[in-house]
Amino acid sequence: MLEITNLTASAGEKDILKGINLSVNAGEVHAIMGPNGSGKSTLAQVLAGHPSYEVTGGTVRFEGEDLLELAPEERAHRGVFLAFQYPIEIPGVSNAYFLRSAYNAMRVARGGDEVDPMEFLDVMEEKLKIVEMDDAMLSRSVNMGFSGGEKKRNEILQMAVLEPKLAILDETDSGLDIDALRVVAEGVNKLRRPDNAAIVVTHYQRLLNYIVPDYVHVLAGGRIIRSGTRELALELEEKGYDWLLQEALA
Amino acid sequence: MSSEIEALVGREYQYGFVTDIDADTIPPGLSEDVVRLISSKKAEPTWLLDWRLKAYRRWLTMTEPTWPNVHYPAIDYQAVRYYSAPKTAKPLGSLDDVDPTLLETYKKLGIPLNEQKMLAGVAVDAVFDSVSVGTTYKAELAKHGIIFCSFSEAVHEHPELIRKYLGSVVPYSDNFFAALNSAVFSDGSFCYIPKGVKCPMELSTYFRINAADTGQFERTLIVAEEGASVSYLEGCTAPKRSTNQLHAAVVELIALDDATIKYSTVQNWYAGDENGVGGIFNFVTKRGKAMRNAKISWTQVETGSAITWKYPSVILQGDNSVGEFYSVAVVNNMQQADTGTKMIHIGRNTKSNIVSKGISAGRGQNSYRGQVKVMPKADGARNYTQCDSMLIGNACGAHTFPYIEINNNTATLEHEASTTKIGEDQIFYLKQRGMSAENAVSMIVAGFCKEVFKELPMEFALEAQQLLGITLEGSVG
Amino acid sequence: MTIPHWQAAFAARAGGDEPRWLAPLRQSAMASFAALGFPTRALEDWHYTSLSSIADVPYTIGSGASSTTVADLTPYMINADWPTIVLLNGRWSPALSSLDSLPGGVLVLDLATAWREQPAMVQQHLGTVAVSEHAMTSLNTALMQDGVVVVVAKDVVSNTPIHILHVADAAAEGAARFPRTLIIAERSSKVTLLESFVGLADVAYFTNHVAEVVVGDNATVNHMKIQRESESATHVSTTEVHQARDSHYVNFSMAMGATLSRTNVYTVLDGENCGATLNGLYLGKGTQHTDHQTRIEHAQPNCFSRELYKGVLDDASHAVFNGKVYVHPVAQKTDGKQSNHTLLLSPDARIDTKPQLEIFADDVKCTHGATVGRMDEAGLFYMKSRGVPSETARRLLTYAFAADVLETIENETVKHALEQLTLERYAGSAVHPVIVARKG
Repeated sequence: MLEITNLTASAGEKDILKGINLSVNAGEVHAIMGPNGSGKSTLAQVLAGHPSYEVTGGTVRFEGEDLLELAPEERAHRGVFLAFQYPIEIPGVSNAYFLRSAYNAMRVARGGDEVDPMEFLDVMEEKLKIVEMDDAMLSRSVNMGFSGGEKKRNEILQMAVLEPKLAILDETDSGLDIDALRVVAEGVNKLRRPDNAAIVVTHYQRLLNYIVPDYVHVLAGGRIIRSGTRELALELEEKGYDWLLQEALA
Repeated sequence: MSSEIEALVGREYQYGFVTDIDADTIPPGLSEDVVRLISSKKAEPTWLLDWRLKAYRRWLTMTEPTWPNVHYPAIDYQAVRYYSAPKTAKPLGSLDDVDPTLLETYKKLGIPLNEQKMLAGVAVDAVFDSVSVGTTYKAELAKHGIIFCSFSEAVHEHPELIRKYLGSVVPYSDNFFAALNSAVFSDGSFCYIPKGVKCPMELSTYFRINAADTGQFERTLIVAEEGASVSYLEGCTAPKRSTNQLHAAVVELIALDDATIKYSTVQNWYAGDENGVGGIFNFVTKRGKAMRNAKISWTQVETGSAITWKYPSVILQGDNSVGEFYSVAVVNNMQQADTGTKMIHIGRNTKSNIVSKGISAGRGQNSYRGQVKVMPKADGARNYTQCDSMLIGNACGAHTFPYIEINNNTATLEHEASTTKIGEDQIFYLKQRGMSAENAVSMIVAGFCKEVFKELPMEFALEAQQLLGITLEGSVG
Repeated sequence: MTIPHWQAAFAARAGGDEPRWLAPLRQSAMASFAALGFPTRALEDWHYTSLSSIADVPYTIGSGASSTTVADLTPYMINADWPTIVLLNGRWSPALSSLDSLPGGVLVLDLATAWREQPAMVQQHLGTVAVSEHAMTSLNTALMQDGVVVVVAKDVVSNTPIHILHVADAAAEGAARFPRTLIIAERSSKVTLLESFVGLADVAYFTNHVAEVVVGDNATVNHMKIQRESESATHVSTTEVHQARDSHYVNFSMAMGATLSRTNVYTVLDGENCGATLNGLYLGKGTQHTDHQTRIEHAQPNCFSRELYKGVLDDASHAVFNGKVYVHPVAQKTDGKQSNHTLLLSPDARIDTKPQLEIFADDVKCTHGATVGRMDEAGLFYMKSRGVPSETARRLLTYAFAADVLETIENETVKHALEQLTLERYAGSAVHPVIVARKG
């Protein structure tokens, strides 16, 4: 589904990604871990097309297509979804209107018709259950006054509504208490299907107790320095990153 | 990226055309003789001329305020023409006699004046440069005892009302620009709603500046008697010209016991070009006085003018009176706005509500300046102020100057403020959800202004949306 | 004369078995205190509160010796099953303390044991969080004689409060105590702490407390304080907090005792995605003077802070609220809300409230509000018209005003205890049935 080859990217003068290779197949969940400033979030943002980063080399193919050639909204239309580390607040715009605008934009881009507000409410009813939210949140402004947990749940709700092929979760667990973490993780698990995939970027191993990954990659200094299975995450939790960084240097 | 955002907010001024019409124009310059000339052209009674002359003499002793956060070249008051009227205008005649050129001009502005095509549900007084050229629905309104006419007409037809209320809220000595206006004002609108009458339609004045190098100095006076209510709209446009033009208006509102006045403005004077050449200098004094249980509500959408200096205010004189101020001020290119409100709490249990939304783009500078003053007797006074700024791009500025003066310890005050940037992150978030950049900006700006737009009457809300190039939630789909 | 008094006390203290690294910390703190002296109104931070009334008092240093028993403390325990540390007149009392119910992964030590058994951890943090230039903090650091160190291991989630009970009894008369608290919450941990200050006898003494709180990545510290010192006592307490990325710090400060009290709560949000919640309630009567000063420093982007302080002032009491939210230029997307509401029950009561925002970033959302009010006459009339006796109606409305900030307390037992304390203050011991029903 996703094939990243020798991807390098910079922000301003600073090189952040220094040659990423990663391949993700349908049905897989990949976790990306690493110390602060290793480039984890940059990788997530680059895949979604954030304008602050410049891709300086390498290729990214998504279902055979050159992803880097596409505008952010086109990537979204193709089925790439980024759950933001810091979801944006939009005062005065209700969550329902926002979700419907996004849903309709996707439908139109994929050759479908827009749905009207009533039809959309039906769509929402089942989606809200996935993240254990009630419909009161639909009339609130997008992410305004939401707690940290609500914002992250709202991201997963959007994911449920837009049904992406590839979901990239950027530190969706950071700052959540254990109960909120559970709801978010269960939401993600409910959306797992054989024909979609997820990349889970996290700072804390804890999340991987709830979203069990098929593969774990350690990103440091802009490169994946180690890949493994879930056991690698447990080992990292035990020993920290230093031993890996030293091995990588040796 | 930010240039992409700026391209979306930068729109061509649609009303920049000039009407070619013969005008009765006096030479530039200001003196007692000019004041006398204006008064005589309008065949005014002596008491009004005397009032003008007192204002003029007072003005001579005053200096232009320097405290606003706006910068502009010194105005040469002797280079301004203080009177210009289309020769064919018949201010006191019927609408059928209005010069077709003028009718055509208003039609182009979206304000048809002829009987067949008049806007439904909105009575319009059309002011062209220094005079009113026509007022619609006058007869219809007269059935309810409502007076809606040009100021000049009111001076002749209802002198007792004008004498009683003129200058009663904004005295001629109030400030530099109010004094200037009091000396040279040429026309404007007068509304009078009798006791207990709910005005059955929106009243509206449409101001058009046409002549070059001419100032517009209009005066609006609205009186709502006990228990009366009225909703009033004001719109303004001017041709594109490379020189600055002066606009110094005064608006006085009087809401007697239990009366309600809602005053809405969409200000779209020519703003100058992207380099700051031309545009209107807009110095306006607007103030209302609310008596017991009365309510005065100002709503403004300020998108035009090179310089805006304007603080629609409410004197909360009577117990339980309410003052409201809802404002969206947009500056783009080189525009500067220093706008806000004053809420003076005098009566007990008076309440004021301020919602100010400033949008700055290009190299525009936007200042909110608001005063909340609670006098010693105003037990239980409450104020809520919300002041939000939005910055589009990196070259613009937003400034907030709150003045809070509390002389009573039972007052309740709350202040909320936010500054946001429409930046890459916001646009990227919406694009990541599949929306185009244009829809993204439109959605963010519409959401930001929503609380103010919902206060506007329907026709105005649509006009305001169109001006800002946005679609409000709920008005589609 | 006061500075030499404290310098003499400093010289006289037995250094004993203290670790060597501590000596320079104490010495520089003493030098800093000697340079600053007791704060006066000339200082911006002490504009409304003067410590001059105690500046010349020759307090002794508390010894801890007394005859207080567990039974004497029962009314202040809140829940006897919680791990409870009693600092009696400034000294850890093993006989009165009970740590049996301490959950696994949580370490609680007295200061001396901590620097013996966890030297690296203590040295790394002690005196590094409470760094504000405050004379009272310096004096505590110079003279701290006992205290509590709490270390919560990573991923350990403990919702049961750990109760640190600072007790002053009759033996505290004329003494000063300098207790110190150090709380370290490691990555993704959660801990709840309650610090109580109680006076068992109506005697004059001086409490000068400092708490340092280190909130690690993704950790949550729920930190509550109840100040019900003797009404002749003077109480100064400073809590300073350092927050790492993704962390939350929640503080609640209830102040109802002491003749003069000053509570400082300062937190630095020094990582992205942090949250800080500082709430409090102050109840003043007689000639009590109650001062709260808070400072929330947003040093990194994408953090939020919430602050709500309420107060009820009767008689000729005087309260001060000074809350500062400081947003650094890099701290974009800061979301801060701050409010202070005070109810004045008497014409002689006074509040000085100063909510302050200092914002140096350009993409932020900050709110502040302050209200000062008198009894809601309309509400009072409404209740009277329904047959509620005037005095009951007054108490009920007073309680209702205070109760909504208590609602923010996460721990139900502590919330209930503080509601009871408030009720007793305004409703006497005869609890009106309407009030009880209200709690549901």
